[in-house]
Amino acid sequence: MEELKENLKTAIIEALNLEDVNVADINDNEPLFGDGLGLDSIDALELIVLLEKNYGVKIENPEDGREVFQSINTIAAYIEKNKK
Amino acid sequence: MKLQIQAHSIITPASAQANGELVLSNDRKHPFNLFGKELYRYLSIQYPKFFKMDELCQLAFLGTELLTTHIENWNGDKVAIVLGNRSASLSSDKRHYQSIADRDNYFPSPAVFVYTLPNIMLGEMCIRYKITGENTCFMMDRMDAVFLYTYVRQLFEEEQYHYCITGFVNYSDDAYVGELYLVSSQKNTNAPLSRGFDKNFNQIIF
Amino acid sequence: MEVYSVADNIVSPLGADTAANYKACRGGISGIAKVDDSTYYPEPFYGAALNADQKKTIHISEESDFTFLEQLFIHSISDALSHTHDLDKKRTLLVVSTTKGNIDLLSDNYKGLVDKKRSELMTMARTIASQFELPHSPIVVSNACISGLSAIITAKKLIELGQYDHAIVSGGDMLSEFVVSGFQSLKAISDEPCRPYDTRRKGISLGEACGTMIITRDAELAKEKKQVSRILSGSQSNDANHISGPSRTGEGLKLAVQRALNQADITARDIDYISAHGTATVFNDEMEAIAFDALGMSNIPLNSLKGYFGHTLGAAGVIESIIAIKQMRENELIASKGFQAAGTSKDLNVITEMNAIGGCEYILKTTSGFGGCNAAVVYKSI
Repeated sequence: MEELKENLKTAIIEALNLEDVNVADINDNEPLFGDGLGLDSIDALELIVLLEKNYGVKIENPEDGREVFQSINTIAAYIEKNKK
Repeated sequence: MKLQIQAHSIITPASAQANGELVLSNDRKHPFNLFGKELYRYLSIQYPKFFKMDELCQLAFLGTELLTTHIENWNGDKVAIVLGNRSASLSSDKRHYQSIADRDNYFPSPAVFVYTLPNIMLGEMCIRYKITGENTCFMMDRMDAVFLYTYVRQLFEEEQYHYCITGFVNYSDDAYVGELYLVSSQKNTNAPLSRGFDKNFNQIIF
Repeated sequence: MEVYSVADNIVSPLGADTAANYKACRGGISGIAKVDDSTYYPEPFYGAALNADQKKTIHISEESDFTFLEQLFIHSISDALSHTHDLDKKRTLLVVSTTKGNIDLLSDNYKGLVDKKRSELMTMARTIASQFELPHSPIVVSNACISGLSAIITAKKLIELGQYDHAIVSGGDMLSEFVVSGFQSLKAISDEPCRPYDTRRKGISLGEACGTMIITRDAELAKEKKQVSRILSGSQSNDANHISGPSRTGEGLKLAVQRALNQADITARDIDYISAHGTATVFNDEMEAIAFDALGMSNIPLNSLKGYFGHTLGAAGVIESIIAIKQMRENELIASKGFQAAGTSKDLNVITEMNAIGGCEYILKTTSGFGGCNAAVVYKSI
């Protein structure tokens, strides 16, 4: 699980072009949207692509992304639960 | 109506200049993605969204930053943007095509696709500088000063704008230029330039 | 100076001229259907594409020296011009509105004969202008989904300035894998034909079309008086909010409409009908409802034509203006296809069935687009 989270952080920083953000800066429990990393709706859609591309995990309805993308912890848990 | 050019900026592969003065030289001949970043840091800008933009938007964004340093605040609905562009969003278009080239690895990226329109650079400028007036993107082979002059003057007369950012911003893989002019109907003694706005406005020699 | 629209054409899956398209809309027929063709997208989706028979009717060929989109433009302009007396080409400007132009040329899968260089919008526009032997360099507006109205406003401005007497304003975009895959990645495409303003709306349906308006200072150019209407005013604005989402408060749209009304020297109450943007995304339709409510225009009959044509991007402002003007001339309003139950937080007077309207004098056409842009144009009957 820890390895998954580290990988996930690296992938998010790259996919969302989070310049000046390091893996160590992202707290597992920190909210990713709003205050946290200040992500927006396009970032959320990009995260949906990332999950499918890197982990084969699909989110059909963007509304569901809201729950899943709360923090690194919630994303990692979703991947663990849904990956084939 | 008396219109004046109050500021000017130009970014090319050689350098970034504002009002005839060198701001940053690209001595190491870095490609734009590095030179643009260098300029962003040199100007001490704090705007993380910059790194999400495509090259065309970054170019327009940095050019506007150089143009508006003397403005503390303005009434955004009194500001318009009218730009010329040649290659549209070609570099993002190619990136989007790459993401759908392989049916077994078919992952179009929303973050790439949203930049596949040339007028998005005007949108990014509007968001950053709270501009809510007209913003129009015309396609042209090179800066067509006569056309831009005609259109912009008419816009000032018809809709009583205070400012208009005009010029030519273009990015393609082998060449780029961001050439911007801040035109105003208002007196501003802090403005770095005060030159008449006419159909030869792009022939300023410093 | 007064500026008029004197003739027009629409070519879309609903027909090859304005009359056929209007007849289809009037009859509640939609061009949107299930597209099960992997050249557009690996999975089926709903969209409005010209089929092989329709292409044949207007002589579109893959072996042409022109791209598919250029052939649409040429057909549309030729037909529109056939409804006017000869115009002086030296005094005529071509204004092209498009978002992606010949985007298919950049695909690895492109098999046609046309040079990739024509993916450049100016090169495409010059190709079209030379086909009609127009001596002046054309103008191309690329303002996302408001491009069509931007082109009409630009033509009007340049005629008023005396630079030209006439303008051929032509807006077009094709359905392509490029845009379908892009909008799919944004999760913006509805899995059924789009339902503007409806409570169950789920997103857009994309479409392809081309529309042309002949705009001039000389109303006598029209072969039929009935074709003439006046372009009264037009304005554009930006939300300054987000590049791919409209403002939640509708400020930008409000500004564009207010300015267009001021320029026309009329008030919101003078408008008899609104041809709105109505893409059927949750946020766009909600934003429009908020803006029209704030402008005191929520009682004015309104429709979106996206349920008939789909979202035709660079063509939308032009073809929807043409159908709007046609409704004004015929004194009847067309139902907003796909709408059943109100689905916006502020009320709108969405037209649910075709009805006659007496003395339709002023109409408003609005569009909004990526990059946060908005445009509004007022037309007047004569």
